[in-house]
Amino acid sequence: MNILSPIKISLKYLLAAKFRSFLTILGVVIGVASVIIIMAIGQSAQALILDQITGIGSNLIGVLPGASDEKGPPATAMGISITTLKYDDLEALRNGKNVPEAEDAAGYVLGTVSAVYNGTDLNTSFEGTTASYVDVENSEIVSGRFYTKDEETNMSRVAVLGANLVEDLFSGTDPIGKVVKLKEQNFTVIGVLKKRGSTSFGLASQDDAIFVPLKTAQKLFLGIDHLAFIRLKVRDTKLISSAKENIMTTLRERHDIDDPANDDFSVRDLASAVKIITQVTDVLRYFLLAIGTISLIVGGVGIMNIMLLAVNQRVREVGLRKAVGAKNSDVWTQFLIESTFISFLGGIIGIIIGVVISGISAVIIQSLQYTWPFIISWQSIVVACLISITIGIIFGFYPAYKASKISPMEALRYE
Amino acid sequence: MSLIQVQNLCKTYENEGVKTPALCKANFFVEKGEFLAIMGPSGSGKSTLMQVLGLLDRPTEGKYFFDGRDTVEFDDDTLANFRNKKIGFVFQSFNLLPRTSVFENVELPLLYDATPDGKNKNKVLQALKSVGMEHREKYLSNQLSGGEKQRVAIARALVNDPEIIFADEPTGNLDSKSGLQVMKILQDLNNKGRTIILVTHETYTAEHAKRIIYMKDGEIVADDPVKNRRIADGESELLK
Repeated sequence: MNILSPIKISLKYLLAAKFRSFLTILGVVIGVASVIIIMAIGQSAQALILDQITGIGSNLIGVLPGASDEKGPPATAMGISITTLKYDDLEALRNGKNVPEAEDAAGYVLGTVSAVYNGTDLNTSFEGTTASYVDVENSEIVSGRFYTKDEETNMSRVAVLGANLVEDLFSGTDPIGKVVKLKEQNFTVIGVLKKRGSTSFGLASQDDAIFVPLKTAQKLFLGIDHLAFIRLKVRDTKLISSAKENIMTTLRERHDIDDPANDDFSVRDLASAVKIITQVTDVLRYFLLAIGTISLIVGGVGIMNIMLLAVNQRVREVGLRKAVGAKNSDVWTQFLIESTFISFLGGIIGIIIGVVISGISAVIIQSLQYTWPFIISWQSIVVACLISITIGIIFGFYPAYKASKISPMEALRYE
Repeated sequence: MSLIQVQNLCKTYENEGVKTPALCKANFFVEKGEFLAIMGPSGSGKSTLMQVLGLLDRPTEGKYFFDGRDTVEFDDDTLANFRNKKIGFVFQSFNLLPRTSVFENVELPLLYDATPDGKNKNKVLQALKSVGMEHREKYLSNQLSGGEKQRVAIARALVNDPEIIFADEPTGNLDSKSGLQVMKILQDLNNKGRTIILVTHETYTAEHAKRIIYMKDGEIVADDPVKNRRIADGESELLK
């Protein structure tokens, strides 16, 4: 018996009861579509996050206060405030002697502040950072200038705006030279950063932040003398591991640490951050995929149900086929091909719907100014096809077996 | 050698421990080219006998030789193979596949045969021609009259060129004219050398055969040649 014959028969039965057929394959359609959508959106989201992280620069090394396991999150990510990292540590790391691989380094403190200009009161984030920020983070100034090393250390009250604040606080007018009140203190706006459009790793978007000199932020806004973290820009990504070694040696010396197990700081590079985020997003993707798979199993049960019904309705047909020479294996094969074909058909429709919905979502998200790539991997399509075929085989197995065991004599008497 | 040889054939149905004998100690031969009618009232065991002879069911006792081979030894696949190549069935309720063309219905036995697809078309058209239904090749089975359906069913029984045709009440669901046409086709096939076993409860239909086995309560009570055989010629039938 050739394979086309059972496919023709299934099509005939599917078309004869269109609504019932629609309900039969609906489960598989929804399951496969959700698998495709989850894979597509998961991959796009992962690509977006990783793109944003690597957008900052893959030659950056982060130094965080407090010890942490290389694989786990830094202690500060748990909301713990650790004060071991100081401005002098930053100076030691950027002096060119201790860490010769470093081109430059920047220190940071973070927080939120209320910014008032001309009656507009905006609660926004600030970054207190060193003058080296622009070089380290590859940022650009679109108007005015960034603060100088002198302004950084002598507690100058100057501010550089993220691109969005020009619109939000100054209604699009030129802010250079204007005075903005930050925490009841007057600050002169001296520059505006170029719109970056992505979030810095671990920070709010640069576009929404106000940048003030490090010491100014430490003393006037926060009343602290430690740093939230330090970033070093290494000349070449190949030098990252030796730079990390030198950073650790320098900080251990400065902090009088003999045993690396007692480190009161952590050194991270983006490669390890990318790895952690990839792991986290992978786990999320697989979790969502598991949920999608559950709906596929529900779809499979629907197919099994309808195939059992089909076997009962077609007892006489099975009897006739056996009377004219069909072997048990022929009947078994026929019903198995039918269930597989129905499931595969649902899979194909599900793939089309999944691709269309993923495409529409990508267009909508892109229209919200996110760099959201539309990714449909061929693996997800192959996996969806294989899963739908497997569902058809697994859930068609018992009905097909039942059909093959029908006695021709009893089947022909069946009313 | 006889085409069919039956020795002490018995069939007992068992349902939830209750045994119901349907056929007891049947003994007879059927030669090639015979036209045999199995006759008897409802419940006499004639259908059971036909099902056992047609290899649709297995006897509980006795021997059944088909074309010289002991069928009791056959496994399910061998039985299916014999039904496919050596036996054709015609049923009272036609048993055509619904929503399926006349051509595909007649082609059905060939799907389970190793015939190359190219030859199928010729065989199907030849079978349809032999029952005068070649002009309905593309019709769906549910677009046919009762008589036409039975002629298509006969074409299906013939398509694999079987040794024998079993017809179970083939005129039971037909008007008298269509019934006569079917009997004429069966007689024509027999005249060309085909062995036919007809199961009926009507004396009139049985008298179109050459020999009648009478059954009652599962036993064969008489086995006689037909003295005044009826010949169906399509217009009127003549008593010989």
